[in-house]
Amino acid sequence: MAAPIETPGAQTRPTVKSNPRVALFATCLVDTIRPTIGFAAAKLLEDAGCRVEVPRQTCCGQPAFNSGDRATTRALALQMIADFEGYDYIVVPSGSCGGMIKAHYPELFADDPNLAARAGRLAAKTFELVSFLTDVLGVTSVSARFEGDVTYHDSCSGLRELGIRNQPRRLLGTVEGLRLVEMKDADVCCGFGGTFAVKYGEISDKIVTEKAGNIEQTGAATLLAGDLGCLLNMAGKLSRRGAAVEVRHVAEVLAGMTDTPPIGKASPQARSRATAGSKEDPA
Amino acid sequence: MSGTPTTRDFKANASRAIANTQLTGNLKAVRQNFIDKRAKAVHALPEFEALRESGKEIKNHTLAHLDLYLEAYEKKVVETGGHVHFAADAAEARAIALDICRKVGAKTVTKGKSMITEEVGLNAYLEANGVIPVETDLGEYIIQLRGEAPSHIIAPAVHLNKNQIEGDFRRVHTHLDPGRDLTEKTSLLTEARGVLRESFLAADVGITGANFLIAETGTSVIVTNEGNGDLTQILPRVHIVFASIEKVVPTLEDASQILRLLARSATGQEMSVYTTFSTGPRRPGDPDGPEEYHVVILDNGRSAMLGGEFQDMLRCIRCAACMNHCPVYHQIGGHAYGWIYPGPMGAVLTPSLIGVDEAGHLPNASTFCGRCESVCPMKIPLPKMMRHWREREFERHLNPAVARHGLGFWAFFAKRPRLYALGARIAMKGMALLGRGKGSFKSLPGLSAWTKYRDFAVPEGETFQAKWARARKG
Ligand code: SF4
Repeated sequence: MAAPIETPGAQTRPTVKSNPRVALFATCLVDTIRPTIGFAAAKLLEDAGCRVEVPRQTCCGQPAFNSGDRATTRALALQMIADFEGYDYIVVPSGSCGGMIKAHYPELFADDPNLAARAGRLAAKTFELVSFLTDVLGVTSVSARFEGDVTYHDSCSGLRELGIRNQPRRLLGTVEGLRLVEMKDADVCCGFGGTFAVKYGEISDKIVTEKAGNIEQTGAATLLAGDLGCLLNMAGKLSRRGAAVEVRHVAEVLAGMTDTPPIGKASPQARSRATAGSKEDPA
Repeated sequence: MSGTPTTRDFKANASRAIANTQLTGNLKAVRQNFIDKRAKAVHALPEFEALRESGKEIKNHTLAHLDLYLEAYEKKVVETGGHVHFAADAAEARAIALDICRKVGAKTVTKGKSMITEEVGLNAYLEANGVIPVETDLGEYIIQLRGEAPSHIIAPAVHLNKNQIEGDFRRVHTHLDPGRDLTEKTSLLTEARGVLRESFLAADVGITGANFLIAETGTSVIVTNEGNGDLTQILPRVHIVFASIEKVVPTLEDASQILRLLARSATGQEMSVYTTFSTGPRRPGDPDGPEEYHVVILDNGRSAMLGGEFQDMLRCIRCAACMNHCPVYHQIGGHAYGWIYPGPMGAVLTPSLIGVDEAGHLPNASTFCGRCESVCPMKIPLPKMMRHWREREFERHLNPAVARHGLGFWAFFAKRPRLYALGARIAMKGMALLGRGKGSFKSLPGLSAWTKYRDFAVPEGETFQAKWARARKG
């Protein structure tokens, strides 16, 4: 579908093996709700010369970590370490799950030098997808096409834990037909916060309502971000407000994989099939 | 204030705040100003990052030797003729202040802005014991008129707008010309000053807070923008400084370093308009100053934070940058937090001071967006410490049973990849069937807390892992 990625910088970075063996950690949300993001990530990685594998996986443990359940967090982190430590890199299409592994795994095992070292090594080779492409592989452009104005929301963990801000914007700038329109307060939280969105729904709602207003105000037809959690929150609010804005993970656009309907929207076929009363599984 | 915390009612407090359009409008009107001014000030100082690092080091060093520096400070104060009183808790601090007031037969005390006196509930206590406290900081004066607590640590009346304040002044200052113009901020300030002038002259005791206590010299430092602090501490016969143990820094140089961070982070100023240093009582030949100089140093749970996972919180210099940048604070304001310290710093500090049983909501009511930590001049890892509180709550089963069971159910599967994959496949297929033909669910059993406010996207139907395995094998 889309043209392959040009990777002019990749060869000039001596630290990167050619054809690195990359484990794709899709994240539990992508695994269950929007596999398209996983395929888009795999395509971007393969186009950049990586050998992509998908080891067995569940969740990085972030929900438990942020709920104060250290024991479960450690168990899940150990599982991740065991299943992923054999790869050259671990790549995650999410700043918050990437941040969990990169910024928080090592501190989980502060009492066990051996495990702490293993967690530290895993953390060192774990990257969020877009920053891996740009900062590690040296990708400077993609040759995808996407017609129209888009606006980009900076998800909090990616921005503040991993320093991801310009990388997605730089790559989006090379997508043909795409124009980036910045929203007001792009770097302000969307109000998701994992379980916060349900535990403090009323406050979360106020925050995402403001975010939705800022998104709509750009007039952009499409909202992009790098984290499915935030995307579900913003898409859910935009949909509830009846806004026409389409919502996608940034990887889908960078990979040119935009055949799947936007998040929270039905495909025209599915809709007509449903109204026709077909028994067929729309998936 | 201080009084009874309403931290347990955080959710109800927040609901009420959200429904109060006057309040949310007021909060929105000032929000950007704080953010822009700080950003500009920080931008204009290339060494700001280096300063943050050195500020952090100064405080870490001091906290590691806090007992020594407090002793050194006390010694210096005594040398300069002042008195130091250590108060273990709020009740002791209140009693010390009342005792000093009684000894000099004080009828009224003027007060500069001090969060520590708010923390111990000093005003109500003095009043109940026949001593009238008069707040002289404009914001504090306004909320005192209204019988409210501060809603912000540097701008106590930030939840109010000009019209509300005008209304209060007209209601209370009945002796003034009803035709006077009170539409400008400056006219409000002038009126308050006029009213306060008599209090300044009549007060027997002046109470101020302290931004720093300098061990090297026995000096206390306050920063203000109105100059009321100076009049509060110079005119009355007795000056009482209210501080807490972590306010001490080793040297004058250390204080000046941190001062450079403070105003920029707080209001975006390079320096506050007034930075006032006071050392001991009036010496022979001094043109002014109090006859007696007392410092009340409050612990109230802080020493228990030393050496533990909450010690870093004691680096806080009360600049309020964290709440000024907090998306949750922006929506609900300070009163909803239910005790005097709101926003991210309150979410960490309040459970330390009044107990996590009482204040358990506060560290949970955060999205962990991390913006607070990114602007905190003392680099306090606020989200990390809120998470520590959540761990304490989890260990002690203080969090709601529904949340625990939900988490337990999810964890059971997450720890068993095969079962998880199977469960996810079935569940997602089911959800996709349920949402067939729709893009989003408007309501979803079990997820009503989500769908009450927003739609939920219908999953694609097949899990990524299943689809990947199929695609790569086939
Ligand atoms: S926690 Fe940091 S940002 Fe918040 S008031 Fe204290 S010093 Fe300022």
